[in-house]
Amino acid sequence: MYRKLKTKVPMLLVAMISVMALAIACGEEAPTATPTSAPTAAPAATSTPVAMMTKAAYVPTADDLGGGSPAAFAKVFENSIDTSTNQAASEYADAAKPLDDGEKLKIGFIFVGSQQDLGYNQAAYEGSQYLLKQHPDVEILYAENIPETAQVKSVMEGMIQQGAKVIFATSFGYSDATKELAKQHPGIIFLHQGDLESTPNYGAYFGNIWQLEYAMGQAAGRTTKTNELGFVAAFPIPQTLLNVNAFHLGAASVNPDVSTTFVLLGDWCDPAKQAAAAQTMLDAGVDVITQHQDCTGTITTAAERANIHVTGYHQDASPAAPNGWLSGAVWNWGPVYTELVTEIKNGTYKTNVFFGGLEEGFVKLAPFGANVPMEVQEEVLATVEGLRDGSIQPFLGPIADQSGAVRIADGESPPDAELQTIDWLVEGVSGSTN
Amino acid sequence: MTTFWLVIKGVLTGAVGPGISVMYATYGEVITERSGKINLGVEGAMLMGACFAFIAAAETQSEAIGVLAGGLAGGALSLFFAFMVITRRANQLATGLAITMLGIGITSWAGRSYVGVSIAGLDPIAIPVLSGVPILGEALFHQDILAYIAYALGPTLWFVLFRSRWGLSLRAVGESVEVAYAAGRNAAVVQYGAIAIGGILAGIGGAQLSLAFTQSWSEGMTAGRGFIAVALVIFGMWTPLRAMAGSLLFGAAIGLELQLQTVDAPVSPFYLQMLPYITTLVVLAIWTGATFRAMPEGLKRVLKEGG
Repeated sequence: MYRKLKTKVPMLLVAMISVMALAIACGEEAPTATPTSAPTAAPAATSTPVAMMTKAAYVPTADDLGGGSPAAFAKVFENSIDTSTNQAASEYADAAKPLDDGEKLKIGFIFVGSQQDLGYNQAAYEGSQYLLKQHPDVEILYAENIPETAQVKSVMEGMIQQGAKVIFATSFGYSDATKELAKQHPGIIFLHQGDLESTPNYGAYFGNIWQLEYAMGQAAGRTTKTNELGFVAAFPIPQTLLNVNAFHLGAASVNPDVSTTFVLLGDWCDPAKQAAAAQTMLDAGVDVITQHQDCTGTITTAAERANIHVTGYHQDASPAAPNGWLSGAVWNWGPVYTELVTEIKNGTYKTNVFFGGLEEGFVKLAPFGANVPMEVQEEVLATVEGLRDGSIQPFLGPIADQSGAVRIADGESPPDAELQTIDWLVEGVSGSTN
Repeated sequence: MTTFWLVIKGVLTGAVGPGISVMYATYGEVITERSGKINLGVEGAMLMGACFAFIAAAETQSEAIGVLAGGLAGGALSLFFAFMVITRRANQLATGLAITMLGIGITSWAGRSYVGVSIAGLDPIAIPVLSGVPILGEALFHQDILAYIAYALGPTLWFVLFRSRWGLSLRAVGESVEVAYAAGRNAAVVQYGAIAIGGILAGIGGAQLSLAFTQSWSEGMTAGRGFIAVALVIFGMWTPLRAMAGSLLFGAAIGLELQLQTVDAPVSPFYLQMLPYITTLVVLAIWTGATFRAMPEGLKRVLKEGG
């Protein structure tokens, strides 16, 4: 929703032209979804009589979960966060229909950006590739660069016409359009990445990536020489505020003198503005930079060129900063997608909202850079362990906001659901939320 | 450095940094529109330039070849526009937008495997003495080679447009194809040339974005700057020097927006994000009458008759 609020509107001419451009894009060019076949479906599977096929559950290894616990992962999908509207997959006319011999379950994936953006969309794309490896008998239809407008509906309609039974809407701003469409297609299962509520055939899932931002903050706090950290973001949505707060709290936990400059660009991927923001931060003395942007290459490159350090987000971007890369907070969508599809195929899936963090393997730590001192690596790894077993609670009070007022009382640690609605910045972060 | 000087420096650095790529595109569109054609495909030409410059630089390890490839890619796309609107007489506005879409499509496909690739890039070169001037020198004279060329191009293009025979015939064609024809000029040839040069300049602007300013390629990286260039041509009243000023002003507004956030100024980032666009809009509003008089007659016909 916030992405829709790119209120650059006043530039009338530009706005009009862009609208015309969009109109042409929507009206004349039919949105295309390119089918990608699974590498090679095992021929043995088709020879097995359908009735006798055992429906094995998906069991990821700790390695698949980036060091997370398979038991904790499985538990996420047993517990319901939102029990009001859930419905089992076996109740969806289309999704539950048995497939003909050799027919593949078609799944649509829709991305807001490029599937090679070295960021959010690439992480989701790689998750879908993992899914394909685990389930060679599914066929994935991809659509990328789909804006968060009504256009996403026509893309989904197109996928449904091509036979998609399950649709992954992977961007936050798709939620309203997807929910509307879900009402019109009760037989199809829609899965949304980031929503906090579900409807009968619309489920959601997301990960607590902010846990890793705390660990990244520690790496930054240990590495900085100027005690000035920089955080480049798009919009002040709760996910972003959680990230910058956790990042700063992590840094302050090892270096009380540190301060974090928070800059909003009003855009998820505008490389020229990213480069300008990086330059502005350099001028202000920032020597460790991080971001919450969809495409992460430009800021990572800018940090490397300026000889400062950078922590990554969404996706391992270490090749773009061989010297300056510390580590990164990255998504691990593969097992999540695989579990959801396994449940759907088995008829056991119930629409719901699933949240997981480090322990559940939804998010993971990116590799360390070549120049990260061993003691910093060890400290970060110890923190990751602490975050996994719960012995470290980043938002354990007392925590004050920018004005110095205590927002989380001494000894309290808000539950995940409350954190997901955070609308303030912690003390020590400079910048604004509105 | 005090906060005040930090902001001033941020504005100046911002003016040049994000402004240069727009400056090239605006120069290019000034030339195009002076011939009586309006090319809304600048955005596509910029993207083509950004993408193919990056690919060429990554493959050949030569930034010079990169810039050349960027210019040629922008020029090639614009020649297609020229063919459509001059030879095939298609609607200019619709064709321009379609050309932009084409540019977006081609580059997202071609640039696929170049996201996250590192290149040597065009790093800033400090001009001796001048770059030593506090604040102003650092902002203006600690830039990449394409920025210096952009500074020089403003006066050069002004001279070419208003003091050379080619410039005269270009402007004549832009005012009235019939009169130019009566004077023995082949309007189509002149317009083909103007559109190609416009595309080459937009392509070099894109190259500056990917090779020098961000040193990275990402899909759709021009983010609407080609359309900003079209607006800045009006602000610049179809003259290169004012186009230069307009581009710097647009960049400065971005610089101010980011710098005010960095120094934690008590202004909402939402208002700050509108700054570059409000600035452009205010300027357009102030000079409406004057800009209409300055508009080439041929363009007025395009806008009136849509052809």
